[in-house]
Amino acid sequence: MASIKGSGRRGIALHTSLIIGVLLSAFPFYWAVIMSTHTSSEIFSYPPKLLPGSHFMENVRSLFDTIDFFGSMWNSLLVATLVTFLVLFFDSLAAFVFAKFDFPGKNMLFALLMLIFMVPAQMSAIPQFVIMAKIGWIGSMTALIVPAAANAFGIFWMRQYMRSAIHDELLDASKLDGANFLRQYWHVALPVVRPGLAFLGIFTFMGQWNDYAWPLIALTNPDNVTLQVALSQLNGTHGTTDYGMVMTGAVLALIPLLIVFAIGARQIIGDLAKGAVRG
Amino acid sequence: MAVIEQTPPAVNRPQPSTAAPKKGLRGHWHLYAAISPFYLLFLAFGLIPVGFSLYLSFHRWDGLGSMEWAGLSQYQYLLSDSDFWQSIGNTIVIWALATFPMIFLAMVTAVMLNSAVRFKNAYRFAYFLPNVTSVVAIAIVFGSIFSTNFGLVNALLQAVGLDQVAWLNTPWGIKVAIATLMTWQWTGYNAIIFLAGLQTIPSDLYEAARIDGAGPVQTFFRVTLPLLRPTLLFVLVVSTVTGLQSFSEPQVLLQTTANESTFSGGPDHAGRTMVLYFFQQTFDNNDFGYGAAVAWGIFLVVVLFSIINWRLVQRRGEQ
Repeated sequence: MASIKGSGRRGIALHTSLIIGVLLSAFPFYWAVIMSTHTSSEIFSYPPKLLPGSHFMENVRSLFDTIDFFGSMWNSLLVATLVTFLVLFFDSLAAFVFAKFDFPGKNMLFALLMLIFMVPAQMSAIPQFVIMAKIGWIGSMTALIVPAAANAFGIFWMRQYMRSAIHDELLDASKLDGANFLRQYWHVALPVVRPGLAFLGIFTFMGQWNDYAWPLIALTNPDNVTLQVALSQLNGTHGTTDYGMVMTGAVLALIPLLIVFAIGARQIIGDLAKGAVRG
Repeated sequence: MAVIEQTPPAVNRPQPSTAAPKKGLRGHWHLYAAISPFYLLFLAFGLIPVGFSLYLSFHRWDGLGSMEWAGLSQYQYLLSDSDFWQSIGNTIVIWALATFPMIFLAMVTAVMLNSAVRFKNAYRFAYFLPNVTSVVAIAIVFGSIFSTNFGLVNALLQAVGLDQVAWLNTPWGIKVAIATLMTWQWTGYNAIIFLAGLQTIPSDLYEAARIDGAGPVQTFFRVTLPLLRPTLLFVLVVSTVTGLQSFSEPQVLLQTTANESTFSGGPDHAGRTMVLYFFQQTFDNNDFGYGAAVAWGIFLVVVLFSIINWRLVQRRGEQ
């Protein structure tokens, strides 16, 4: 069976199913783009418009008139980029320790970490808000960046990855060559786990870019918000909603994410895929 | 490059860590130093707030005035609060509606991707895309797809002669719409994770199964699934933890139909998840003490559920 995979009748069925999946994945993107080119009344009409209209530029104009699109986008970019670098560094360092070394209290500390992972961010939202109000961080980007740099998921993920990706022989060899802990981390561990790091980096960036609940609370000044909060302000609650404009905002807000993904995808898709070619 | 190609893209392969010779605490100072940034940040913005939240849950506080000792009364009220129980039910139903189809589809997709020879990377890219979205933006898009009057789903139903469904106005419609959004967003992500797990399975195992005369279905259940168990565990735990804490999806999807509050979760509160309820109690009602008690209730539910899922997957593997 396996010898004819990817060819013949079974191959056709396989690719047909995969392409249907791709279409389902892609459709909401297409739909959003289509709607961003129509006026609200065109969107409300029946049958639904499935082809592009001609009102994209008008929608863009009213979007820029309604919210500070680039200002809030800059805030999002700043937060997401800084958090990503902090998380990649702190998490990979800690994960390396948890994956490859033994020390007293290791299991307890790791169990604590897993428990943290299960604590809803909301549980500490009120006290965090109170604490940050006390130290004057509320309303500033610091309130978003510093707490997010401690990411339990990242340590969990990198530890799992490092356990299998970094061979003990490699570490032992480097130790014989006189490499200390930091050199082992930087020159042995990091190069090997680049795909895992890319994966985590993209996720951290996207997670921060998309974070909604905490910025909604912490950024009290409506003139100084992240893009997600700005976008949600467009949607509903004010009675009349200009759907064409809202969709335009949603579509434009995806562009930076797509760029980041396109850059990082080679790592995820390319390097993770290499195993398959060998296998 | 050679180094990277050597890398097995494994997710969870149990492997004993290098047993360092037993040294005292002092011999390990660099290890503690390496994990300390995380634990320091966590102490300041995780542990202390969590402790404070526990303290808060025994008080009455509107966020402005002075705190008033309330003993266990917040928790007593929580246990009898039918709104909280409803939000637990809503969350679990939405989670189940999203997670089981998602895991099934993700596994099927991963197996298909693993055996596809051509266009591999293009498929991976396309399947991953739904996860590269902002929840807010995509909730707005799904809101329009499921809209009663001009939504695409209803237009389709109408086109084939079926009745329209008021998706965002009925208890089940709301849950289906939210779950569909979550399934759409996470299937490809989990498929890629499963794929990474599939690639760690040595090909000679498949060969051995073929020589023993196993068909594709038998091979899947006897070889692939058992060896994929660690990955399945990872996927299930992550989707439980994130799925039970869903907030943005229902909040954005249902805020247009909510009259009383942006956290109300739509008509009959059918889409009011646990976290939405937490927000409503805390920030709409300014009931910080009760909000803290709700947060602890959510935590218990998430931990319980994660343990149950963990146990189920492990036990199934032991057979």
